[in-house]
Amino acid sequence: MTNGFSDFQNADVIFVLGGNPAENHPASMRHIMEARANGAKFVVADPRYTRSAAVSDYYAPIRSGADIAFLGGLINYILENNLYNEEYVLNYTNAQYLINPEFDFDDGYFTGFEEVANGQGKYDKATWSYQTDGTTEWDTSAGYAWAVADGVPPFDLPKVPVYKKDPTLKDPNCVFQLLKKHFSRYTTDVVCDVTGMDKEDFEEIAKVIGSTGADDKAGTILYAMGLTQHTNGSQIIRALAIYQLLLGNIGIAGGGINALRGESNVQGACDWGILYHVINGYLATPNADNHPTLAAYNAKETAHSGYWSNKPKFLISQLKEYWGEAATLENDFAYDWLPKIESKNYGYMPMFEAMSSGEVKGLFCWGQNPLVGGPNVNFAYQAMKNLDWLVCADLMETDTMCFWEPDMEWGEKTAAEEIQTEVFSLPAMSHLEKQGTITNSGRWIQWRYKAVDSPGEAIDDGEIMSRLYEEVKRLYEDEGGAYPDPIVNLSWPYYDEHGHFSSVESAKSMNGYTVADGKLLANFTTLAADGSTACAAWIYGGYFNNNDSDNPADQPCGRRDNEDVTVSGGSGGLKQYPNWSFSWPANRRVVYNRASSFAESGKARNPERMLVEWNPDKGNWDRNDVPDFGFQTAVNDPETGKQAMDAEGKPVFNGNPPEKCPSFFMNAELVSRLFSPGMTDGPFPEHYEPAESPTRNALSSVQVNPVAMLLESSDFGESNEYPLICTTYRLVEHWQTGVTTRNSPWLAEAMPHNFLEMSKELAAERGIDNGDHLEIFNNRGTVTAQALVTGRIKPFTINGKTVHQVGMPWHWGRKGLAKGATANELVPNAGDANVGIPESKAFLVDIRKKG
Amino acid sequence: MRDVSRRDFLKISGAAFAASSVAGLIRPDVGFAAEADAETPALRIKGATETTTICCYCSVGCGAICSVVDGTLINFEGDPDHPVNNGGMCSKGISQFNVENIYDPETGDLIPNPRRLTTPRYRAPGSLEWKDVSWEWAIAEIAKRVKEVRDATFEEKNENGVTVNRTTAIGSLGGAGLDNEECHPLSKLMRSFGVVYLEHQARL
Repeated sequence: MTNGFSDFQNADVIFVLGGNPAENHPASMRHIMEARANGAKFVVADPRYTRSAAVSDYYAPIRSGADIAFLGGLINYILENNLYNEEYVLNYTNAQYLINPEFDFDDGYFTGFEEVANGQGKYDKATWSYQTDGTTEWDTSAGYAWAVADGVPPFDLPKVPVYKKDPTLKDPNCVFQLLKKHFSRYTTDVVCDVTGMDKEDFEEIAKVIGSTGADDKAGTILYAMGLTQHTNGSQIIRALAIYQLLLGNIGIAGGGINALRGESNVQGACDWGILYHVINGYLATPNADNHPTLAAYNAKETAHSGYWSNKPKFLISQLKEYWGEAATLENDFAYDWLPKIESKNYGYMPMFEAMSSGEVKGLFCWGQNPLVGGPNVNFAYQAMKNLDWLVCADLMETDTMCFWEPDMEWGEKTAAEEIQTEVFSLPAMSHLEKQGTITNSGRWIQWRYKAVDSPGEAIDDGEIMSRLYEEVKRLYEDEGGAYPDPIVNLSWPYYDEHGHFSSVESAKSMNGYTVADGKLLANFTTLAADGSTACAAWIYGGYFNNNDSDNPADQPCGRRDNEDVTVSGGSGGLKQYPNWSFSWPANRRVVYNRASSFAESGKARNPERMLVEWNPDKGNWDRNDVPDFGFQTAVNDPETGKQAMDAEGKPVFNGNPPEKCPSFFMNAELVSRLFSPGMTDGPFPEHYEPAESPTRNALSSVQVNPVAMLLESSDFGESNEYPLICTTYRLVEHWQTGVTTRNSPWLAEAMPHNFLEMSKELAAERGIDNGDHLEIFNNRGTVTAQALVTGRIKPFTINGKTVHQVGMPWHWGRKGLAKGATANELVPNAGDANVGIPESKAFLVDIRKKG
Repeated sequence: MRDVSRRDFLKISGAAFAASSVAGLIRPDVGFAAEADAETPALRIKGATETTTICCYCSVGCGAICSVVDGTLINFEGDPDHPVNNGGMCSKGISQFNVENIYDPETGDLIPNPRRLTTPRYRAPGSLEWKDVSWEWAIAEIAKRVKEVRDATFEEKNENGVTVNRTTAIGSLGGAGLDNEECHPLSKLMRSFGVVYLEHQARL
């Protein structure tokens, strides 16, 4: 999330698409309802009339899989009706940047498409580029002196391109004109044909959302997996970014793009690089093609401008944390010990394909239950049978750890005697039995204290990792083996005085420290690229930085001051709570907050909701949030050459005036991107149909995202056999795969069974009554559940044809107090083109009454 | 009525609900009683040790308070000081209590949730059942298998001669349910083994 949950209260319009906060993020609803009580409009579009829709001001049904058609229409509506915020678009986006004149889009394809097979392929993105007018060099005598300092491994310094722009926004090759042209095809009629939305509903919603383009209005978008679990999920989120940027809604109180994420620490797990493609703090995983050496990594990855120009500091500090004294300038700080990937996908679905082929032989599951939570469960079961060994650490039994058990039923079951997989089931502690932090969607890192001892022999996952580390290290030290260096040299100082895993000691390494004296770093701004600092992830710098106490309550992440105060010079009152816990990065609550003030004057765009504002009298910025830009520069004492101090002993700073403070400094071009060359499937979002769809693509002759991940193991079906669109969703009573909630007597009683939700019209057509037992099936599986016939789902008219949609919660499985059908058996191995997330929200099924 | 803080009010009304449930009586007035009288049972959380926590379910990050007596979790409630949930909890959030304890359906006694795993277990190839094992044995055997597979499949260089130091034969899933202080050692340990099939729930 760019903003936090309590910040929703600042919004004038709250739009929910692909989410259902009333059901799945109930506490967030309090802030939505507070905003609504203050006059905000709450807008919901969803295939179902959800619990959120039930308390909305505007609701429109939308067919699953048609989000880009809708959002493209919204972008077009904003542009056609001049609802965009001109000052913001001109100064804070790349609207005026000129694009390579050879860039084009024709009938579903952007320039550079190379077909591999069956209409699918990849893009050569050469033409998706800015026009430039030469380059300039880094000034290594001043700001970039660190890059050539002693002890910093040398790398080819970036060249700074001089971008060609057209501030009139009239050049046909400028981003603004290309954007207009691209989305001009998304007319209201087309949008309504594709999405099934009524024209009046669409225009009403577009008008309400479009009203937030005014400087004194804030609009926010909240979404969840309803937008991401598609073969074009990343582009759906891009479309959100584009319309929010056009309206000037990013970086302001009550605005932003806010992902309501699914697990309590899914944000943290991403921060910590538990994804094949990123290491800690969102640095690219070293890739054999792009980053064969440390020098190549730094040359390729160091941004020519903006904050990512510091990337070598972040990487080398992480390497120092990983390998301590063994990471030296001479061995490139042990860069080679980080495993490198090839230019291919090692994500979730490819991992199961690799299990199926026998490449992956051993698997760890740390509180994850893929045989309920992942797509194409019957395929995943067949793949897991090939494992030599499986290790599952969890609180309770999962379908995954018990997949081999004789009484477990699967699509094509193998007898337990024939399954050769060894399985280790490890009892883990709950969050109430250990201590540590989790990071919520708003990036608040909050400490949890131990309340009770664990049952039996259950231990914390950190202790399991610690013991495993010790034993594997011992084996390599005693016996040798394949390249032991990364293991035997690993630094692992995470012990308490009893020799147990210590989350406090881990926290110190995460925050970062000076190597020479072990002192915790105040924040990430002092990280160095010469090995003098160690920090596991730069973005956590400052979350645990108190050198005077090991008590988490004395650390920034342990703070519990809930006063709604200002950071400095403002009036507060914006529900940012800057002294409650710690929000990465740098305790910033609203990222990109420079854009909340005008580019030239630095005055607050909306004085009522000032986040940062240039105060010319003070010569510095007033701030209700931590500025997301270099807002001040330390003043040196001319006599000592060190930081100057005032009479009270506080360091002296000079504020940097507005013209020296760019907005989006995580992008090298220092503006946000309406046109994004970083995507694999196009610099603009484009509507394609889901991998399985009951209709042809009305916007081009290209049916499916041509670079989507379409794996053969999907065994795709056609709509003549499987005419119903199915989506999956969640319920307030259960959490994800239900391992703990389906084993809670209260919740098992409250929501005991799975069901298939359908419209009254479909039920009448098929002769189905509420409560009938049904089989729901496609090529990938057959599951049984009872019918829930409601008025919450209506048939859609899509491209002139009636289409039915059904929906099914996905929490249930074969283990637990409350058992039930696993909806994910029906989901294909079809993945988003950029991130490979499975298309769980739009696939095809048919249903029949169970005889 | 005396000046009752929101926190006190929640405590009192929570206790009133518990009291009326136990007694089988409806006593809506109890929660508003200024002073406990002889008929009013003591607060369930009287004398309990309180610790704060954050909900383990969705990502909103609601605060909660655990009340523990003699090492047993006896009450779980929303944290009224928390700026996100202000004391509220959804049905799932409040049921975190059941991760630790449940009420015995036969006796009504508070007992540990019997569905918790309490000992390491091992299932041998082709076996029809689990057997309980010691932690020492489990860790030693897992470590052996990690080393075996890693040694047999480790690639120091790829076909172009680039140093890659990886194994594609070990996968790791999970992390979204762990603490940050465990996520960090998890990715660190796995990458030190050379694991590249390293994923968690965010990919789903």
